[in-house]
Amino acid sequence: MTTESGADSEAKQPQENKETEKAKAKAAEPTSPQNQPEELPAAAGHSTPARKEQEPQDEDLVSHRSSTSRLSRSPLRGVKKVKIMQCKVTLLDGSDYTLNVEKRAKGQVLFDKVCEHLNLLEKDYFGITHRDVENQKNWLDPSKELKKQIRTGPWNFAFNVKFYPPDPSQLTEDITRYYLCLQLRDDVVSGRLPCSFATHTVLGSYTVQSELGDYDPEELGSDYISELRFAPNQTKELEEKVMELHKTYKGMTPADAEIHFLENAKKLSMYGVDLHHAKDSEGVEIMLGVCASGLLIYRDRLRINRFAWPKILKISYKRNNFYIKIRPGEFEQFESTIGFKLPNHRAAKRLWKVCVEHHTFFRLVSPEAPPKKFLSLGSKFRYSGRTQAQTRRASSQIIRPAPFFERSSSKRYNMSRSLDGAPIMENHETLMKDSASDGAAKVIAKGDIITTVTTEKKAEEEKAEQEDAQMDPVVTAEPVVSTPLRHDTKTDSEQTDFAFDGEMTATESEADDDSEMRTQYSFIRRVKGENVFIKHSNLMLEDTSPPSEMVKHQTNISELKRSFLETGDSTPGLTEWEKRLSSSPARSPRTDEPPMIEPLDTEDEEPAGEETKEVVEPKATKAPGYLVKYVVDSITTSSGPHGISLSTTMDDDVFMDGTLREVEEKTPDSQDEVSERSMLKVSPRTVIQEVSQAISDKKGTLIILKDAEDKEEGKETSAVGEEEELVVPGEAEAQENEVSETVKEDTSVVLEAKTTIVKMPSLQMEIKTDDMTQIKGTGSPKKAMASWISDEAKTEASEIISVLTKEVKEMTAPDALQQKAEVFTFREFQTEQSKSSVTQITLSESSTTSLAVSTLGWVSSSQKTSDEPEEKEVVTTETEAVPEPAPAESTGPMIVDAVDAGTKETPVVHTETKTITYESAEVDTNGDVDPGVLLSAQTITSETTSTTTTTHITKTVKGGISETRIEKRIVITGDADIDHDEALAQAIKEAKEQHPDMSVTKVVVHKETEITPEEGED
Amino acid sequence: MAGLMAGFGHYTHAVVRGIPASLAKEALRSNPVEVDLAAAHREHESYVEVLKTKLGLEVVELPADESLPDCVFVEDAAVVCGDTALITRPGAESRRREAEVMKGALKDLNLNIVEMTDENATLDGGDVLFTGREFFVGLSKRTNQRGAEILADAFKDYAVSTVPVLEGLHLKSFCSMGGPGLIVIGSSEPAQKALKIMQQMSDHRYDKLTVPDDLAANCIYMNLPNKGHVLLHCTVEEYPESAKVFEKLKDHMLIPVSNMEKVKVDGALTCCSVLINKKANI
Repeated sequence: MTTESGADSEAKQPQENKETEKAKAKAAEPTSPQNQPEELPAAAGHSTPARKEQEPQDEDLVSHRSSTSRLSRSPLRGVKKVKIMQCKVTLLDGSDYTLNVEKRAKGQVLFDKVCEHLNLLEKDYFGITHRDVENQKNWLDPSKELKKQIRTGPWNFAFNVKFYPPDPSQLTEDITRYYLCLQLRDDVVSGRLPCSFATHTVLGSYTVQSELGDYDPEELGSDYISELRFAPNQTKELEEKVMELHKTYKGMTPADAEIHFLENAKKLSMYGVDLHHAKDSEGVEIMLGVCASGLLIYRDRLRINRFAWPKILKISYKRNNFYIKIRPGEFEQFESTIGFKLPNHRAAKRLWKVCVEHHTFFRLVSPEAPPKKFLSLGSKFRYSGRTQAQTRRASSQIIRPAPFFERSSSKRYNMSRSLDGAPIMENHETLMKDSASDGAAKVIAKGDIITTVTTEKKAEEEKAEQEDAQMDPVVTAEPVVSTPLRHDTKTDSEQTDFAFDGEMTATESEADDDSEMRTQYSFIRRVKGENVFIKHSNLMLEDTSPPSEMVKHQTNISELKRSFLETGDSTPGLTEWEKRLSSSPARSPRTDEPPMIEPLDTEDEEPAGEETKEVVEPKATKAPGYLVKYVVDSITTSSGPHGISLSTTMDDDVFMDGTLREVEEKTPDSQDEVSERSMLKVSPRTVIQEVSQAISDKKGTLIILKDAEDKEEGKETSAVGEEEELVVPGEAEAQENEVSETVKEDTSVVLEAKTTIVKMPSLQMEIKTDDMTQIKGTGSPKKAMASWISDEAKTEASEIISVLTKEVKEMTAPDALQQKAEVFTFREFQTEQSKSSVTQITLSESSTTSLAVSTLGWVSSSQKTSDEPEEKEVVTTETEAVPEPAPAESTGPMIVDAVDAGTKETPVVHTETKTITYESAEVDTNGDVDPGVLLSAQTITSETTSTTTTTHITKTVKGGISETRIEKRIVITGDADIDHDEALAQAIKEAKEQHPDMSVTKVVVHKETEITPEEGED
Repeated sequence: MAGLMAGFGHYTHAVVRGIPASLAKEALRSNPVEVDLAAAHREHESYVEVLKTKLGLEVVELPADESLPDCVFVEDAAVVCGDTALITRPGAESRRREAEVMKGALKDLNLNIVEMTDENATLDGGDVLFTGREFFVGLSKRTNQRGAEILADAFKDYAVSTVPVLEGLHLKSFCSMGGPGLIVIGSSEPAQKALKIMQQMSDHRYDKLTVPDDLAANCIYMNLPNKGHVLLHCTVEEYPESAKVFEKLKDHMLIPVSNMEKVKVDGALTCCSVLINKKANI
């Protein structure tokens, strides 16, 4: 299109520009006084040095229609120097469009200019891509500065369809459809959109009609068709068929031909599916496809699973792992989290972003507002554009006469090159291409939808991991252009919740913004310079349900327990398939039901309370096939603001890093729902056990349960491999320490009531019982299961006042199974009471410790109140030997049985558990009606060989006063000869040193010791 | 106007095959039952008669082969969709050669032939459910992943999802299409589970018609000119309860077809023919 003008302009201006630049010298870019070198590191290879800077006037030449660019820039002129970058954008017809933008311009500016150039109004379906140093295609974030997104290399972009409208006929303008057609033609020719021979002919024939008009042998000649590309492997036969069809279209307008083209293309199964390479738990290559309706899982071009958006509660990634949290199926009680391994961290992040965007675009009515930034620990990535609903509405307002545009015989279809022309390496795009376009590493059958991965990839993966590891230390440094590979490594994880469908909560820690990173660093220190660094921010929490429901909740739990007890054995031998489906076994034939046609859609159903009995079965559900990790999360239902969830994480060696997940669910307003949910809450434990069971089946896998507070959405704990080794069931001892510090600046209510504690046990017991039963049901150990599980359980405060939060953490060690009640190890609850029903979520968090098997653990949590700088120690509870205060007779045996059934080879380990809580006596009784607004929450984990420190930081604003609460949990794993007291002292000391301005309010020590070391070891 | 994926249930041709005498004794079966060969012949004749006379399809009748006792169940030997025919590699060793004759017949019908040459692949057509919008392939004793992959490769336009077949011989031993977007499904637990899986895997919405008997869920749907929706289904004698369910379908031309003998050797209604639409697409 305007390529030439771009070339012209290029010739002109170098000097002028430089002068201007000097003039403004110090201003904008302290880091990079000269952009030339900066932009074009030698490493990038392809360089276009001369073009880097251009004068504004040139831009006008280039894009005459663009007025925005001038506007955006002019005010600065003369005062500040504005650096101009030349951008080359490859358009959908294969031509290049060159234009200039300010270096500091945001992605939106570039995008708007291109759309303007294209005369495109319905632009929300489109986006601009940029290939990174790995030649991966990344979508430009419109809300971010270009220069931050293009760290190296020339500013070359491509204009592409980002969201493929499921029904193109609903697009308002023909010109929009035209561009969509161009994209699809490239998709087809490149092999990304596989189709049959018949489809190639049909699509090809419409393409011909659209581009060349009616069949006219005299004008077109007989060979006209060979000039166009319709298929990855175009044969003479195909061309003949295309021509045959073309002949039949006489009189069809180009716009109509495009509509027909789209009507056919949209039915193709891979239409609009954005594929990403991944691996499942067993290292099997799979592909993840993101599309309008959800996430598709492919293995060797077969669809092996599908998760519609309504089914997905949360998506997140951590390092090179990508996780989706699945809403429980019709008969399931648990949410489950499935993990996939991506080739590297960047791939994981890319996938995550694409998912967030697709979900928002297709599923939501309007985009979610990005989380508040104040005090937050990371920037939040959100899709900020219009959703499909919005863009449709907007397009309906388009009143301009249909624009004239030329459908040129696009050049690129004459050549067999991909849209971006560049060699493709790992991009998923190549997956679908013929092997020709690929590097040697990949052997791809032509037309393959799904390819296999090569060993090179692994290497890269490792490299990426290493990079990730290295990144952290670098984090605080200013982003340096010369470290291209690392630029976004800082972000370790992000996650997004679709709390309720249509409502998505995203939490993410964002790497790109350095300033934020630094902030975080300022108050979080890593114990060791390990690569484990996770940032999290938190969000959400709105709850409307009244506290009174808590009582109900309890009742439900007992009911649930009963139902569990009644439930028989596990379903024997579930197959992979059943497991794969996150749905539970179908119900038995309903003979009473009239055999009429019913619509099939159970997808979004939520388990009803009565169905809880069936819960047992789902547990066993696991889809090893593609499940990297099967994580069952307990449902955290926060009823009301108090909602707390307990989360437990287990790591196993499958993954190097453990992740702690937290999930938050908002509690529905209705009481009924709450009660249902409360029942659900019970389950988490089961999961844990199941997991532990699974793990115990493996040899020496460690289970680390970490708990997180629900309140914080994004929590991540990373477990390091070494740690895992240390904790080998049966022989190692794991210790967990938790130190939590809370600083309260206002006199908020922090009360840890004994009563609560006392009470809790009974509640717990029930829960436990239930779990046991469930476990029993779980006959099939999960095999290579994945690794971590996070669970969040929430216990609601009981009658006593309104308990703000309780956190229950549990650790279950497989070995411990043989113990009676202790199996569950340890739980701790912290309850805060506020007179008012509203509770701060943050405050309510308590730290819990869980220990696994022969583990020794202690948790210390301290809370500090600013009012009372001093610490007082109060021993709140001391439980010895038996963690379960109220062992139920029936429960004990059951547990054992259940466990035995599941795992026979479990070594017998007797453990002793001790929990001691020291707490500063101060109780805040200020009636704090204000529930507080959670500003942020984050979890940071660091590890050394023998300790794991998990720090949760939550910030809330309550009544205008902000409160920061830090909770640290330190797990010390080691031999019995470690001096735990000293370790505790040390931990406290460290905590104080690190946060001199805070005080320790509570220390909980949980120690679990192995009593009988005579277990069989494997 | 060329349209893809249009006209689900439109058929012009059917390929059937005769019953060899060896069927009575040698045909594979899950339960050892005596087959009345004469009755089976009568049954099959009336089946073919329905296709030919009542429905007006062009029926290609292949001769029986005594060395292939199961050869009457032609469905397993080929999957035809549009103008492409995938010649399968049946899971049962004894049935592999059935594909040969089938291939010739389909070639004669000018279909694009895709062969399953991979020796690791097995696929029985009875495990392939085509809904009009996508394929579901049952992974069963007879069909494996590789076979499904090859099918996916042969029919690139469509999503191909795999479904485990836990009980019964084939996927279509307990389900089939009863109309566009209508899945007829047995009520056994495995059948219901399979349905759930299909539902989860699909981007499309289906209605379901649940029948009490799994085997009765195998029926043949067609959409024929001048006849509209046609459904060949079980008889009242075989499955009284299920037959009643079918009778409630008001929009369909219902044709009960007896299958009493062939079912003894695990043959269902769909097993006995390969349906083809020669006017499909282009």
